[in-house]
Amino acid sequence: MADKKKRIAIIASKGTLDMAYPPLILATTAAAMDMEAGIFFTFYGLNIIKKSTMNSLKVPPLANPAMPVPMPNIMGALPGMTAMATMMMKSWMSKAKVATIPQLIESALESGIKLWPCQMTMDVMGIKFEDFIDGVAKPVGAATFLDFAADANISLFV
Amino acid sequence: MDIKADKVLDCKGLSCPLPVLKTKKAMEELKSGQILEMIATDPGSKNDMEAWANRTGNPIVGTKEEGGSYVFFIKKS
Repeated sequence: MADKKKRIAIIASKGTLDMAYPPLILATTAAAMDMEAGIFFTFYGLNIIKKSTMNSLKVPPLANPAMPVPMPNIMGALPGMTAMATMMMKSWMSKAKVATIPQLIESALESGIKLWPCQMTMDVMGIKFEDFIDGVAKPVGAATFLDFAADANISLFV
Repeated sequence: MDIKADKVLDCKGLSCPLPVLKTKKAMEELKSGQILEMIATDPGSKNDMEAWANRTGNPIVGTKEEGGSYVFFIKKS
């Protein structure tokens, strides 16, 4: 049993389906283990908490040699390949009963995990606070995240 | 093993991290000393539940494997 509450601080900087999972899985599991968790969403990571994109995150086949279907990598550039790769991953995940991204976000909000949008990248990308799902924290900058992370036991950049 | 559970949680078929998340939620509804029986099929849950129990201080008082399922009896601290 932990003596004092442990803390995990995560930066989510990618907006693809496969890279949306690790921050959310780790943060929600940490909360379930009585840890305190916070995620700082920056650049394309903002798509994970944006209403218009959170349900349609994609898997990029281009420059991804780990794609399970053997094919020349350049074919990933063809129209329709991203949709195909995304569909494939979603079908494996639903077969394995993996939680969806919206489910994990709901669980994160329920367990009081801080979801901070990065103010600077919101400005750069023209994203407004109203574009995010309800429950995200007020937008902050690097200093706020660092203040939180300075007292964290685990810090991750995804 | 004969342990009487106060509540049963079926996590069969679910993948990481759902068994842990659901266990945490189910435990919140129990009183101190009561026992949750959690059934999972995710092979990773064997180690994960131990880690969870160790971290949260709710001891696993019994386990069994039957027909490809892992059963955990967890006591609320």
